[in-house]
Amino acid sequence: MSRHKLGMAPVLLWLSLFLIIPMLIVAGISFLQRDALGQLVFSFSIEGYKTFFDPLYLGIYWDTIVLSVTTTVICLLISYPMAYYIANAPPRVQTWGLILITVPFWINFLIRTYAWILLLRTQGVVNTLLMEFGWIQEPLQLLYTPGAVLLGMVYNFIPFMVLPIYVALEQMDKRLLDAAYDLGASKWKAFRHITLNQSKSGIMTGCVLVYVSTTGMFVVTDILGGAKSAMISNIIQSQFLGARNWPFGAALSVIFVLTSLILILLFNRAMQARYLKVKEGGA
Amino acid sequence: MLMIELIGIQKQFQGQDVVHPLSLSIKEGEFLTLLGPSGCGKTTILRMIAGFEQPTEGEIWLAGQQVTDVPPNKRDLNLVFQHYALFPHMTVEENIAFGLKMKKMPKSQIEERVEEAVTMTQLTPLKARYPHQLSGGQQQRVAIARAIANKPKVLLLDEPLGALDLQLRKNLQSELKHLQRALGITFVYVTHDQEEAMMLSDRIVILNGGKVEQIGTPREIYAAPKTLFAATFVGENNIFSSPEGLFAVRPEKISLAQADSASARKTGVIQDVQYFGNVHKLMVQLEHEPMRVTLALDLADDHTWQIGDVIGLNWEDKDQVVIGS
Repeated sequence: MSRHKLGMAPVLLWLSLFLIIPMLIVAGISFLQRDALGQLVFSFSIEGYKTFFDPLYLGIYWDTIVLSVTTTVICLLISYPMAYYIANAPPRVQTWGLILITVPFWINFLIRTYAWILLLRTQGVVNTLLMEFGWIQEPLQLLYTPGAVLLGMVYNFIPFMVLPIYVALEQMDKRLLDAAYDLGASKWKAFRHITLNQSKSGIMTGCVLVYVSTTGMFVVTDILGGAKSAMISNIIQSQFLGARNWPFGAALSVIFVLTSLILILLFNRAMQARYLKVKEGGA
Repeated sequence: MLMIELIGIQKQFQGQDVVHPLSLSIKEGEFLTLLGPSGCGKTTILRMIAGFEQPTEGEIWLAGQQVTDVPPNKRDLNLVFQHYALFPHMTVEENIAFGLKMKKMPKSQIEERVEEAVTMTQLTPLKARYPHQLSGGQQQRVAIARAIANKPKVLLLDEPLGALDLQLRKNLQSELKHLQRALGITFVYVTHDQEEAMMLSDRIVILNGGKVEQIGTPREIYAAPKTLFAATFVGENNIFSSPEGLFAVRPEKISLAQADSASARKTGVIQDVQYFGNVHKLMVQLEHEPMRVTLALDLADDHTWQIGDVIGLNWEDKDQVVIGS
């Protein structure tokens, strides 16, 4: 047991040095003040938290949650069938499927995101094609819209969802399905009662990864959303780097970390309910 | 009444015959065992009866109905899987209720059936546990309970005791036999363990390389094996060749005689003595023949045999079993 604990030491050290202590520092800063030049003043204040309740920031806060949840749900809907297909394909197809999923990672994330500008802008590929086909007369405003941000997020984070679900499906004992068929289950019922449950851990990991990554992402919003769309992470970034209002930026960070933690905990609770309660009536 | 009829079923994988054409009828309430070494096709036959494999040729009839193209979830039989395949996210009770739920049985009736099944398999105190909280023997009982709760016409068992240790196997073997008598359900049992097959079955099908070697009661197979494989796979045997062909003599049918006396058919040197309590066995190297013979002597023989002793062997003509090939 003690050896077990000893083995954990490097992990704990790493976590405390690079995660817990920095977070405590951020939490500490959130209760400080700043002077006119943006220097931290070491006196207690909850000014940062008060500013958060400005309707402007509350709106952005809400938009961020909505966008992150939407991104997660869309990623899940697209990724589950993909992961399912890859996990059940012959080994050669599996290898290729996984390579194709990870290929985008070989290219810098900024470049991939900029590439969307070429596709979406007014004289971009999409608009040009649509006009060629005569489906539209005027170019559509695709870029610098919330839709473009959502698209960029989903595009970037799909692999984060596919891979954990694939792993869960691939590790699943396929004999369980035979057992379900043998006991009278149809293909669909076997999927609902067995496969879905056995891939729960992958769904959970994927959702948390995508959700947390989306909330923390400000580059996609900057590039594809233009000046109009902002996420909480954009505000945090500008408070630290532009406005030099560290206490406010830190307060926003603390609020957002707590929000994410609560949402993830609630999500885990719901998933942990032993059965995925799909309505029995529809059986 | 015939419960299962296999009419000329045959299975090929990539042009290879895994199961050669096989016809077999299984009676209602019969305990039939498919016995053979690994790769003999016994599991494939079982999976064809269950519906997980399609025969390349031939027909399968279940209780008077042709089911060759019926998917497994529509066949009124259940399979006990080799490694149980219990649903890890469901309790014992939920596992057992699964098949009944799939049949949309009313809740009260499901409870009744589950109760009945756990009582028969002595699982009542473990109902609320999850599979990973159970021992191997208990998991195996859940697998059986989950199958019999459906009251299938036929229960298929794929090496159900294969993963258990010897003592537990022995206990569960008698439990299984008892259960089969109590339920009166037809059992089709797959095993590579000849002792298990002998002990449990009404009839045994001996398979080798996808072909049937012999079908018969345990007694018929032991006393009158038809092929060399059947003669040596089930129980110990001594195979002799004579100008007329091969014949087999069981170790316990061989008696001792004075070496070189008129009553000795063969003479040989004792190479090993094995003492088992109720019997002891002598391994004898025959003179003039490159062959070892095993004979079993019962307790009445209190002579202490030494390695190196020269002895004569004898048996009666009626104990010579002529083998086809």
